[in-house]
Amino acid sequence: MTGWTRYIGHIVLVAVGLAAPFLFPNHQSQMAELWLFIVFALTWDLLGGQMGYNSFGNVVFIGVGMYTCALVQVGLIYSISDYNAARGGGGTVFTFDYTQYLEGLAVGLPAGAITGALAAIILGNFVLGMRGQYFAICTLGLGVAAAEIANGWEWIGAGSGMTAPNAPAEIDDISRFYYFFAFVLAIVTFVAITWLLRTRFGLAVNAIRDDEDKAEAMGLPTKRIKVIAWTISGLFLGIAGGILGNVKRFIDPIDVAFSGSTIGVWMVLMAILGGKGTLWGPVIGAIVFQITKELFWTYLLGWQRVALGLMIVLIVVFFPEGILGWVRERFPQLFGRRVQSRAEEGR
Amino acid sequence: MSDVLLQVTDVSKAFGGVQANRDISLTVPQGGIVGLIGPNGSGKTTLFSSIVGYHPIDSGSIRFAGEEISKLQVAQIARRGLLRTFQQTRIYANMDCVKNMLISRSLRRAKLTEFFAPQSNPADRERALELLEFVGLYSKRLLMAGDLSFGQQKLLELAMALMNGPRMLMLDEPTAGINPTLINGVIDRLKGANEQFGITLFVIEHNMRVIMNLAQQIYCLSHGQLLAAGTPDEVRNDPRVLDAYLGAQ
Repeated sequence: MTGWTRYIGHIVLVAVGLAAPFLFPNHQSQMAELWLFIVFALTWDLLGGQMGYNSFGNVVFIGVGMYTCALVQVGLIYSISDYNAARGGGGTVFTFDYTQYLEGLAVGLPAGAITGALAAIILGNFVLGMRGQYFAICTLGLGVAAAEIANGWEWIGAGSGMTAPNAPAEIDDISRFYYFFAFVLAIVTFVAITWLLRTRFGLAVNAIRDDEDKAEAMGLPTKRIKVIAWTISGLFLGIAGGILGNVKRFIDPIDVAFSGSTIGVWMVLMAILGGKGTLWGPVIGAIVFQITKELFWTYLLGWQRVALGLMIVLIVVFFPEGILGWVRERFPQLFGRRVQSRAEEGR
Repeated sequence: MSDVLLQVTDVSKAFGGVQANRDISLTVPQGGIVGLIGPNGSGKTTLFSSIVGYHPIDSGSIRFAGEEISKLQVAQIARRGLLRTFQQTRIYANMDCVKNMLISRSLRRAKLTEFFAPQSNPADRERALELLEFVGLYSKRLLMAGDLSFGQQKLLELAMALMNGPRMLMLDEPTAGINPTLINGVIDRLKGANEQFGITLFVIEHNMRVIMNLAQQIYCLSHGQLLAAGTPDEVRNDPRVLDAYLGAQ
């Protein structure tokens, strides 16, 4: 693939992304969710696929970003305790005018990015010293612990959750509004990860995956690289969480914000389905996964979770390398793996 | 042979009840090639691991280029230009050979921001290809390192170490598992690295022909203690060394 043809995938993706909300106006929130899933899968794969650190705790950064964004959106105008206390129908109505609403997002989403990244730095320094399954189990615990903390914290709504601010009347199609936030975030994340994998940082992350002891013995600052990788994930997941909270409208601490059993597992699955450790794998995996999931919800209602569970088992058992991984195994030449001597280079 | 590059003084290391190294003192001169021999389990690899900071030592001192390094961590020591290779070859199996080389570039005085530069610049790439040619892996450069044979992986590991441009290279059995016809090539390349690139070598080796050919000075360990030291001829004719190897107590 040379010249512009290597960008066919990018062009198709952007074109479809721009046209989709106008072609399928009834599925905008599912499609917004899909773009966010692509962000989840891409950022998960940065650690899980490229660095060999299988994290089940990335959902923490989504939740942290989600709460931070919503709290900022509300907190800029109203008292957060009043807002959350009024949830039971206290009579007070909290409205946001157009400017207030946009300002809330303009501050809230970056704030979500910052808290997501900070959470990754702090947690990373503790748990990234562990390797292999110990790291995986520990991050699983982080997700559960974060959910329990949010569940018990009265100020942010505790177990009754928190509602995202009501959109003002000026935004007539709120689904489309957030669709484009999710779309732009997915594109930015994809570009950032593409760039990152082409830097020496990308090589270092791969080196850690293949042999961390060797990387250390060669002088690479492995711990710092690992923490930076997780921080980059946390940053994008924080923004994604802020958007997801507004798409879902209602932030339940266990089922939405820190949902380890759904999003936390799905992001791993999407990356595996598409092909761990490849750039396009997580994107393809997220698309296939979200479409399949929505079809199950539409046509197998009542059995949708069973079908999804079955699909998860089938993916892990029969498709451990994923779609792109399978292609790479069969056609290694396409990925530039070949014997080539000096004499053959001229051809 | 002039200045001392590595000075190990009275180093001891025990794992539980096993005294792996006891009061070992040795020196490696700048620009020299020094060998370390001894029967299996005599503590050679433990000593290597102690020197590069893989585990803390119980007592003693390790100085590299005049600086005490026994309290430093592995990567910090590596960044000072003291590098080791492993007995069980370690390469980055799922990266191609060129990438293995590119990430092995020296990190001395490297800042974190350098990690966000592109993977390869022309100078690094040229150097990587030169070294792959030097170890005879040029035509395999686009293959995954994990798909190479064991001997080729050893050669790749050597090339990676040279890419790092260390001041001193500690090699743990560089010819073990390599096809005998290739061994002379390895010896030549090690000597070449020493002469052309001025890299000081400290080599563990079981193959007596190799170490006698290569080293200017040899230390022999037995049961965790320094048994003998001297030129290859002196060590070869030392009855204690023969006893240690052949088991005559």
